[in-house]
Amino acid sequence: MNSLAQLKEIKDRTVDKIVLPEGSDNIRVVVGLATCGIAAGARPVFDALVQGVSNAGLDEKVTVAQTGCIGVCQYEPVVEVLQAGKERVTYVKMTAEKAAEVIEKHLKGGKVIEEYTIGYYTRADENAEIKYSLMDTPFCKTQKRVALRNCGVIDPESIDDYIAMDGYAAIGKVLTQMKPEDVIQCVKDSGLRGRGGGGFSTGLKWSFTAANKADQKYVVCNADEGDPGAFMDRSVLEGDPHAIVEAMTICGYATGATEGYIYVRAEYPIAVKRLGIAIEQAKEYGLLGKNIFGSGFDFDLHIRLGAGAFVCGEETALMTSIEGNRGEPRPRPPYPAVKGLFGKPTTENNVETFANIPQIILNGADWFASMGTEKSKGTKVFALGGKINNTGLVEIPMGTTLGEIINEIGGGIPNGKKFKAAQTGGPSGGCIPASLSDTEIDYDNLTAIGCMMGSGGLIVMDEDTCMVDIAKFFLNFTVDESCGKCSPCRIGTMRMKEILEKITDGKGTLEDIDKLEELASHVKANSLCGLGQTAPNPVLATLRFFRDEYIAHVVDKKCPAGVCKALLNYSIDPEKCKGCTLCARNCPVGAISGTVKEPHTIDRSICIKCGVCMQNCKFDAITRA
Amino acid sequence: MEMVNIKINNTPLSVPKGISILEAARYAGIEIPTLCFLKDINEIGACRICMVEVKGARSLVTACVYPVNEGMEIFTNTEKVRTSRKHTLELILSTHRRNCLSCVRSGSCELQQLCKEFNVQDEEHYAGRMPDFEFDDSAAHMIRDNSKCILCRRCVAACQEQNVAVIGANARGFDTHISSAFDKDLADVSCVSCGQCIVNCPTGALREKDDTDKVLAAINDPSKFVVVHTAPSIRVTLGEAFGMHIGTNVQGKMVAALRRLGFDKVFDTDFAADLTIVEEANELIERVQNGGVLPMITSCSPGWIKYCEHYYPDQLAHLSTCKSPQQMFGATIKTWYANAMGLDPANIVVVGIMPCTAKKFETQRNDQAAAGYPDVDIALTTRELARMIESAGIYFRNLPDEEFDNPLGEGTGAAVIFGATGGVMEAALRTAVEKLTGEELQSLDFKEVRGTDGIKEASYTVGGLTVKVAAVSGLKNAHTIMEKVRNGTADYTFIEVMCCPGGCVNGGGQPVQHAVVRNFVDLKGRRAAALYEADKDLPVRKSHESEAIKRVYAEYFGTPGSHVAHEVLHTSYVPRPKYK
Amino acid sequence: MIKKVSKIPFSGTPEQEQQLKAVIDESKHDKHLLMTVMQKAQDIYGYLPFEVQVMIAEGMDVPLEKVYGVSTFYAQFALSPKGKYNISVCLGTACYVKGSQAVLDKICEELGIEPGECTADGKFSVEECRCIGACGLAPVFTINDDVYGRATADQIKGILAKYE
Repeated sequence: MNSLAQLKEIKDRTVDKIVLPEGSDNIRVVVGLATCGIAAGARPVFDALVQGVSNAGLDEKVTVAQTGCIGVCQYEPVVEVLQAGKERVTYVKMTAEKAAEVIEKHLKGGKVIEEYTIGYYTRADENAEIKYSLMDTPFCKTQKRVALRNCGVIDPESIDDYIAMDGYAAIGKVLTQMKPEDVIQCVKDSGLRGRGGGGFSTGLKWSFTAANKADQKYVVCNADEGDPGAFMDRSVLEGDPHAIVEAMTICGYATGATEGYIYVRAEYPIAVKRLGIAIEQAKEYGLLGKNIFGSGFDFDLHIRLGAGAFVCGEETALMTSIEGNRGEPRPRPPYPAVKGLFGKPTTENNVETFANIPQIILNGADWFASMGTEKSKGTKVFALGGKINNTGLVEIPMGTTLGEIINEIGGGIPNGKKFKAAQTGGPSGGCIPASLSDTEIDYDNLTAIGCMMGSGGLIVMDEDTCMVDIAKFFLNFTVDESCGKCSPCRIGTMRMKEILEKITDGKGTLEDIDKLEELASHVKANSLCGLGQTAPNPVLATLRFFRDEYIAHVVDKKCPAGVCKALLNYSIDPEKCKGCTLCARNCPVGAISGTVKEPHTIDRSICIKCGVCMQNCKFDAITRA
Repeated sequence: MEMVNIKINNTPLSVPKGISILEAARYAGIEIPTLCFLKDINEIGACRICMVEVKGARSLVTACVYPVNEGMEIFTNTEKVRTSRKHTLELILSTHRRNCLSCVRSGSCELQQLCKEFNVQDEEHYAGRMPDFEFDDSAAHMIRDNSKCILCRRCVAACQEQNVAVIGANARGFDTHISSAFDKDLADVSCVSCGQCIVNCPTGALREKDDTDKVLAAINDPSKFVVVHTAPSIRVTLGEAFGMHIGTNVQGKMVAALRRLGFDKVFDTDFAADLTIVEEANELIERVQNGGVLPMITSCSPGWIKYCEHYYPDQLAHLSTCKSPQQMFGATIKTWYANAMGLDPANIVVVGIMPCTAKKFETQRNDQAAAGYPDVDIALTTRELARMIESAGIYFRNLPDEEFDNPLGEGTGAAVIFGATGGVMEAALRTAVEKLTGEELQSLDFKEVRGTDGIKEASYTVGGLTVKVAAVSGLKNAHTIMEKVRNGTADYTFIEVMCCPGGCVNGGGQPVQHAVVRNFVDLKGRRAAALYEADKDLPVRKSHESEAIKRVYAEYFGTPGSHVAHEVLHTSYVPRPKYK
Repeated sequence: MIKKVSKIPFSGTPEQEQQLKAVIDESKHDKHLLMTVMQKAQDIYGYLPFEVQVMIAEGMDVPLEKVYGVSTFYAQFALSPKGKYNISVCLGTACYVKGSQAVLDKICEELGIEPGECTADGKFSVEECRCIGACGLAPVFTINDDVYGRATADQIKGILAKYE
């Protein structure tokens, strides 16, 4: 392919398949076949649909397509039925048997099976009207899909599908109508900031690389999504891989690079496979390779796999890793824009950042800048998880409040528990306490409260979560993942973890809290790379907002959330105990004694605090405090 | 040179653009402390000791790698900086086994010095779990004690510079440790024993194996006749251990000290260096004339020999069969000298004072026992000798200058320059050229092969013959040359290889100098200069003109390359596996 | 974490060696491909024992210590063989909050091994893993390609019994 006309031809040929035109009586059925969906059993559902449609002789009328992540993790496997002029129907928690039923009743018979739709699960009460479409649920209503626009819509393994949705039109525009400096200006004007962590201006970053002359430059896509609890990059790669291919090519043109590397976690085999397919397809169409769109611009892409090291999400460590070494970060300066991959000027952005680029080029900087807050433009994808009703991926405009995310999109906290705090930015981030629910989420507001956007993991915690334990959990993670190169991070994170263990073991003192704070500030200020510089954030944030919990652990020797085992004590209320002996019989260490029909007692010197007694007691006689 | 204007601690100054803050501060007379930094070979910014404040910067910056730019204002000694360095030191201390009183590096430990400078008063401040560590005393020449390792990785950089790279960082995070592949013992990997890791270690994590007790025991044994001989470079480095300037020739005091330590004879390895030249020049001429394997490569440096055996086992025929001067010396003592003096070689203990840890390995090699006993019994490094002198209470700086014993205390100028890269080549040329032409050399200085460059080449036309030579130091450079030898593109006649960069003056057994000295002083150059000074002043500057040499050939060896010479002064090599 | 080096004798086949040689041949022009070669070697052998690392070091012309350094840096490289069934328990935030530690503890207890180990009969091995991105199904663990979501400790015995 070497002209925009050819691109348009493919689009025209394909678009009707995806966006069914008015009057068409064709049916499009999509099955979410991203990792989440497959893990939940979507593969047999997909196979059943393909086979069933064929057996039913519906091949002419019904297209069954795989697609990426639709975003509602806890309802996977998800199947959507799309018809022109009709409300879309989102079937959730599907099985092969249910799929057969859908073919029979819905695809053939034209009747929606209400009790399989998402509305059946999400309606307010039994009498409420059942909405068929995911789009009508609170989970989706306030979402604004830019980075995820094609996820759940197109078949990620079909370049034609992507082209149908205006794919490769942006690189076409760039190569035929724009100068590299125009592209950079457009990205600058859009206000797009790096979605991977620090929030640095993407346009500015590109301009730095562009300003350096070199015989070879590189574009690197950071797809080493390592924050536990974040999976937006995986979703984009699995649902819309061509967007990344296109965006990197645009970046290459803008910065003067002719080669790109995508560094993907090896834990994402489906993403790797689909990226590989996308690159092959793009090459076949001449959208990668020599003389793209006859512009004289060449660009080629390579995939490199990570091997399980969180630190490789740090840009210099990632490049060191691509070069085949231990993924240890390098001191900056020199910055990658000057001396990056293989010693050449390099631009590195993460997946979500790149995913926005084609849209910015096509719709203009102003369109993008119209979304979001003054200094944080556009949308942000969050992976909502933890103690919340609706888990999944949400893409919302910057500036949405935490409260809206939790209560409206997330559907609140399960089991009537109280919202306590939300953790953002994974092990590099901090927590936002419930008292700051009104915080409009953007880069600067989060930084102002000692938090961090990070890559977008948003873990919700309720009253049963111990904040000291959470800090310990994240420190455990960073201790495991510290590369070991610089002394403050290598040793300091371990010492922080040890102090936190001491506190959760009930052996902490007030001096330990002071020392923890001193260490946290030291590691933050002195570590070599972003991992170490942000590793203390979970400690600093919990100390800032939940210092009383720390004090309770060291002074009162209590864990208010009832999590830290060493600080828990089980006791039997003699008023409530009927002497049924069930607890004593189930106690694995024989710590409970008493005679039948008399109140029992727990010997604390033997009790291992496993909680089995409490689970077994039928009279609520056992308390934990 | 483009200059930039900066301020350091409010003092304005102008410094070359692009240099690091660390170097810029030196222009202002300020030494910013470091632990991991080694100029050019280990600029990794890992230890975080050199942190300084820069006006306008978000956080502290790493002075060792951060370049200065116009208008930069740097503060090297603020409260923030001092606190930061102190806490980092306290963290490092928490993983460092602190038995400092009995540590070989007590007093010269860079960590200890910094703790004093930054007023670290509580070494338990961040006490916690120690990483698991290994103690490796498998190698003949050294001990690795990871409980004192601070992971600065200077040893790793030194080993990589030597193109040996048998140690590196393994595992990650808190468990990161320096070790060999599969955590094998050093004796089981292709370590060449050069000791460059030791002289670059800031703490006591790496040290030579101490053999001073063995020496003292021999001296105290009345049945033993204990002979000591000192390698050419020792005389210009030993003084450093007693606070003297780098490049001070302390030959006279060294001899006096050895005599006071109780050695029966104090000889000079220089004698054997001359012997080496005579044998080696003869071997070279024979190879040239009889179509032997060329280029011929020197064999004085046991680290180089071991490297060649591990990495170029197919190229061993290029190595001169001459034993090293240390071994020739021991062999001569236990044969000719024993006979001449009526001594039983079984009762002679030969001690070499060497700039080199690989010499400890060399004494244990096969085919190094001319009289049926090991040619050399004990090889001590310069550092061990310094410790013996100290512990004997000898006030070194006040010693009188004394002369070596005779006859094996005589060495020529050609021998004394063996300690620097190019020295063996120059010494050999002085003899070989005269032998080939039959004429006396007008100038004895072969300046083309002098200097501290890693590879030096020269070409001479001698008696109608073109002789192309190369002098190489550092195994990275040896690798470059050996690849050419292997693929047949090395058109040299004779190559000198010294294992350590700069030659023996920078050997792994030499006094340890602080990283600041290694980074900013031309250590090898200044030590070597003292050797060339000594050469200039000596009455005899050609090996074959040494009276002692003439005497041993007349009384024992006959002619160079004779049967006896081969029996006593030559040896053989064995291929060694890279992996076990 | 210090990786456990397998003491089980190396039992590579000529076919495996042939495959590795082919991988090395197509990559040896570029030392930067070391990690890629190691990943493929692990696909071939299941782990990276001494013998395999030596082949890689020689083939790629890099020091063996460098190969070992890389193999001990990244979690994915194994120095011990995996069991016929490799169990991998996600300890990502969501899974942890929902009790994956208890699931892991139960599996270890049932099999009598620690994470990172393989049972003596070579049947099961257990490892901890980082977030596999299926947080909606937390807590999650996998046995080879089978994914178990919303796992609880009491299901473990029954699940393990299914694997022969």
